Amino acid sequence: MSNDDLFKGYRGPGRELLERMGVAVWSDVEVTTDKGSFRGLILPRSETADDHHLVLKLDTGYNVGLDARVVTAMKSFGRHEAHYKIPEKDFPYDPAKPNVKLFGTGGTIASRLDYRTGAVIPAFSPGELYGSVPELADICNLKTEKLYAVFSENMGPEQYIGLAKAVAREIENGVDGILIGHGTDTMSHTAAILSFMVQDPPVPIVMVGSQRSSDRPSSDAALNLIHGTLTAATSDIAEVMVCMFGPTSDEYGLLHRGTRVRKMHSSYRSTFRTISDIPLALVDRKVVQPLRSDYRRRCPDRKVKLDAVYDDRATILYYYPGMKPDLVDGLIDKGYRGIVIAGTGLGHVNKPLYPALERAIAAGVHVFMTVQTLWGYTQMYVYDTGRDLMELGVVPAGNMLPEVAFMKLGWALAHSDDRDEVRRIMLTPVAGDITEREPPDAYLVLQGGLPEVDRFVKGHRM
Amino acid sequence: MDDQNLGPDSQRRYDDREFYQALGLKCGLEMHRQLDTTHKLFCRCPVQPYTSEYHAEILRHMRPTLSELGVYDPTALMEFKTKKDVVYRLHRDTVCTYEMDDAPPFGLNRGALERAMVIGVMLNLNLVDELHIARKQYLDGSIPTGFQRTTILGVGGHMMVDGRRIDIRQLGLEEDSCREVSDRGHRRTYMTDRLSIPLIEIVTEAQMYTPMEAARVGSAIRRLCHLSGVCRTGLGRARQDVNVSIAGGTRIEIKGVGSLRELPALVHYEALRQKALLEMRDTARSRGIQADGFEGAVDVTAMARRHRHPALNIAWGTGTSAQAIVLRGCAGMLATPTGPGRTFGDEVSDRIRIIACIDRVPNMAWSDDPASFELTELFGAVRQQAGASPADAVVVVAGPAADVATAISEVRIRMQEMLEGVPRETRRSLRGGGTRFERVLPGPDRMYPDTDLPPIVLTERDFERARAASPEPLWDKETRYAVMGLSPVQIERLFTTDAWTIFEAVAARSALRPTILAYLLLDWVPALGRRGVPTVEVDADLLVRLFGDAGAVQWTQKDAAAALAQALGHAVHWVGKNASNGTAEVGA
Ligand SMILES: [Zn+2]
Repeated sequence: MSNDDLFKGYRGPGRELLERMGVAVWSDVEVTTDKGSFRGLILPRSETADDHHLVLKLDTGYNVGLDARVVTAMKSFGRHEAHYKIPEKDFPYDPAKPNVKLFGTGGTIASRLDYRTGAVIPAFSPGELYGSVPELADICNLKTEKLYAVFSENMGPEQYIGLAKAVAREIENGVDGILIGHGTDTMSHTAAILSFMVQDPPVPIVMVGSQRSSDRPSSDAALNLIHGTLTAATSDIAEVMVCMFGPTSDEYGLLHRGTRVRKMHSSYRSTFRTISDIPLALVDRKVVQPLRSDYRRRCPDRKVKLDAVYDDRATILYYYPGMKPDLVDGLIDKGYRGIVIAGTGLGHVNKPLYPALERAIAAGVHVFMTVQTLWGYTQMYVYDTGRDLMELGVVPAGNMLPEVAFMKLGWALAHSDDRDEVRRIMLTPVAGDITEREPPDAYLVLQGGLPEVDRFVKGHRM
Repeated sequence: MDDQNLGPDSQRRYDDREFYQALGLKCGLEMHRQLDTTHKLFCRCPVQPYTSEYHAEILRHMRPTLSELGVYDPTALMEFKTKKDVVYRLHRDTVCTYEMDDAPPFGLNRGALERAMVIGVMLNLNLVDELHIARKQYLDGSIPTGFQRTTILGVGGHMMVDGRRIDIRQLGLEEDSCREVSDRGHRRTYMTDRLSIPLIEIVTEAQMYTPMEAARVGSAIRRLCHLSGVCRTGLGRARQDVNVSIAGGTRIEIKGVGSLRELPALVHYEALRQKALLEMRDTARSRGIQADGFEGAVDVTAMARRHRHPALNIAWGTGTSAQAIVLRGCAGMLATPTGPGRTFGDEVSDRIRIIACIDRVPNMAWSDDPASFELTELFGAVRQQAGASPADAVVVVAGPAADVATAISEVRIRMQEMLEGVPRETRRSLRGGGTRFERVLPGPDRMYPDTDLPPIVLTERDFERARAASPEPLWDKETRYAVMGLSPVQIERLFTTDAWTIFEAVAARSALRPTILAYLLLDWVPALGRRGVPTVEVDADLLVRLFGDAGAVQWTQKDAAAALAQALGHAVHWVGKNASNGTAEVGA
């Protein structure tokens, strides 16, 4: 065993003390400090914590930190190393059940603790999943494949293309549904790009994750996984979907179309919402219950249109009052070929930006307008500002969400650099990315505190 | 501890050292006190009076997770078997998204930490240098996250009680849990206003050897908390658990002891319960009862439907069933008394209620029960079908099929535990000294480091501030008061009523006999108050004005009382002979 393993995570005065005392991590010790004595196991130290404390696990299970600089004596009683393992059992196979393939990209469907960083790291295999969520075996036969082990903010073009190809390959292999474990932060970005890269899928492609990591008893991971698996295995909706909690209560999940969904709260379980439309379906532990009928149906063929290309020279410009034109100039100089503006109101920016946008468009940059209100359409005829912008060549992108338009633009640019062609690709809906109409109940954000809302909430659980 | 509330007889009985020594009784205490902060421990919600009002409800389920060392905690698995819907009631003013477990914790409340450290100093603890927040799993749902955020401030302390050193194992700072509203079938409901209020937990070593001793130590800790000035007072702001074991028995944790007055009886009856269980084990062994003697389960749905027995009188329909389990060689054992008004049958029934969620009363019919006489035929049929004899006991459970299956398996588990003696349990206190099963005793495997918060380094300045803020040790004060001639009851009452602050101030500046001063503060002033005399102006200055001269040493209790009454504008006419006991009439 290397010295680094013996003194895992310890540096500076902490490590010096352990070396001097001849005591390694996982040793059962009695430590005496200027404040008294303590008995317990020496635990590895998190690398982000300071370098002069020792961590001791008391026999009551509590951890305490002792300042190495005030330690006067240390006595060792042997070692007891812990091996953290998720219980693993063979996932049962039943020929009568549908086959589901689960791809892992990271995220915390199942996870374990990393002593080095003190953080939770994902762990994942059919056996581990069956060990922690045995209910899955009642639904389907499950195979898993770990494609990536990254936090969702580290997903990028390379991963999108790899994921899209893997999904298409499994569909061609005859799987009955695809499940994708993904961190929630950029889950909707990935859902959007998959909707463009894997078109007309014959089976459900379901993204799941969790807002509370699975190392917590109250985690939403298991239930999201059950909902997602049931959807992938049995649902008739053959689209790219996000499957996450409906309410914050452990009641049901919602299936959101991959191009209309957005994470709307930094920590709530019920963070995902379908924007400017209603969700596709409700799913509980037993059944998927569609909320609408205009979805793509599951079909027995194995045909899928794979179009996995991406150009990373696109960006989003989140407009704010007083934005200076040099930002746009900077983007032209750096070689960006596409800009999605998240504009105010119906899709506006201030006048000083016009010349810069004109320069950008003249330089061949494709500029599209979306709304930072998220709900609703761009409508650039209503005010002069909008008309002026369109005259400059800024293209309103309907009710496409800013992030969806951004993902789509990267995809579109990989197909063409022609102004009209890019415009055609962008404005032709692929999978609900632009809708023709917004139903009257598509924008419902209940305002707490109102008497009628209080009454509703009290009767329906949040 | 109000010693007056236990009759002298029971006090003597519960302090009978020889009796409990023969049993090998040992007790330890876990005292919980809320800290007097304005805000909660990990968020900015205010601490407010409890209310039953709420604006919204959420529903959660708990799943066991692995401990840091890679093991499942047995309690966690038990709670998972119960499959409870847990409903939380939320009041807009007292909880935020943190308590709902829909947002990560904010930093630890430093005011709470400072207050807890004062207690740490008062208990002479070996204080730690760096706090690590842990997650202690609670799958009963009492905390929406499924764990309590908790941290250890120090270990290895001590205090003096009645001249004896009592060791303190540890002091914890943690968030309080929810208040249970109801628990019926598969649904448990909690109110969340108490959730996350800063709470300290003082754990003593198991060094109390009679029930009264446990109560006296509890009382001393209560006084210490009061004296510290950092604890919240009022109904529902303090709780204690007591750990009890006897020789050959097991450490049993009795939860939710609301008042120290109930404690001696609880300890006493728990010691006797363990003794009864050990005797049962020996009987079972001598009868040759084996762990595999509880395998026979028989479906008796068809027969059970015909009976009116209250345990079988359920709404029969699809999905319901009745099952019988044969307990080989156990005839008569379920009737063994284990507590006041309780038998071993109740212990088995508790498991069915808590784990299988069948909470009808009664929730099982058993062949030893005289009230089950009408089921003799059914028991006979079961015995016949299972190849059993009248020497075997039979238990029948009816209800939803899945719950009945769990129940039968729990009966089997409890019987197997019977062969081992006293199973490791957490028990809930009942009125009259009894207890009932609450859950399997959790172990250290339910601890998990909290990855949401970094460790908190304590500096010399923190320790210095805590030392400066901690008052003279309680036991030193007590000794001083005892030397002054005060009775133990007076000393206790001075601390619990806060009158000690005035007492200290006046005793230092007056020659009045300390016992008279204590009488005035504890008995006379309240007596005047009850008679409508305004007593708000009674403070140290007033008393020193009245009794500050050297001659005060001569005052009798009667004269001092009259002088004080007069100073408050009221004349006193003594009646009867008991004037010195304070029987007086107050006139205008
Ligand atoms: Zn809060």
